[in-house]
Amino acid sequence: MTRFAVGDQVRARAADPDGHTRLPRYARGHIGEVVEVRAIWQLPDEAVRGVSRAEPVYAVRFPAAELWGSGSHSVMLDMWESYLEEAP
Amino acid sequence: MSGEHGEHGELPVAARVRRLEERLIAAGLATDAELDEILERVFASASPVNGARIVARAWKDPGYRAQLLADGNAAAAELGFGAATQGYLLKAVENTAAVHNMIVCTLCSCYPTALLGPSPSWYKSFAYRSRAVREPHAVLAEFGLELPDSTDIQVWDANSEARYLVLPLPPEDVDEMDENKLASLVTRNGLIGTAIR
Repeated sequence: MTRFAVGDQVRARAADPDGHTRLPRYARGHIGEVVEVRAIWQLPDEAVRGVSRAEPVYAVRFPAAELWGSGSHSVMLDMWESYLEEAP
Repeated sequence: MSGEHGEHGELPVAARVRRLEERLIAAGLATDAELDEILERVFASASPVNGARIVARAWKDPGYRAQLLADGNAAAAELGFGAATQGYLLKAVENTAAVHNMIVCTLCSCYPTALLGPSPSWYKSFAYRSRAVREPHAVLAEFGLELPDSTDIQVWDANSEARYLVLPLPPEDVDEMDENKLASLVTRNGLIGTAIR
């Protein structure tokens, strides 16, 4: 069972991790919408340390205005579940 | 931070890659021959001609188009690119009259090499990687692609195990051309989304 579903509003975690991550800085702290549940994949943040931790990955759509304060396009990012929290 | 670190940062990319190769070889993790063999295998058949064939088939065959959008790996396999695209989730994103897709990898330079060929240097540049997500209209205009302000631009940042291929809009006279002719119209930039097709 996945924590989020298509259509859910989610917020990318704002924390800056110590090591490797695939959560780009420009998305941190911003709200997007889940558009697809992609797959269950190994979390790269742990895999680089040799730790196996598989998580659901979601395609999340971030409006440009949310990321940058202006613009009409959207940016799609894949988010491992632990990169996300419920948006208020 | 050591002086050596700073020195690496100023070396040209090829020299930095060679330093890395030498460290791998010195550590006994690889040999020069193994590295050459891997590169040769990866690039021997990698070409945008492959992606163009997939696009042309999708333009001609609605059933194949539906399969491509639902399961890119299966659709690639049907044209003989199964082995070449294993190891990632191939995701085709379709342009329509209202939506234009473009792909970028802000973290490095990921893209489906087997289907698009070796990536162009601009795709790996800091300028493209930072500006594609921030101001895609302006970036596309610099590529000569002027889209109406009303076009919904969707930028796909390949930060996971998914690799993207843009399915461009077919030409208006698609019904009058065969698949080979159609494939010849598709460019690498079209497959990235920085050209109309």
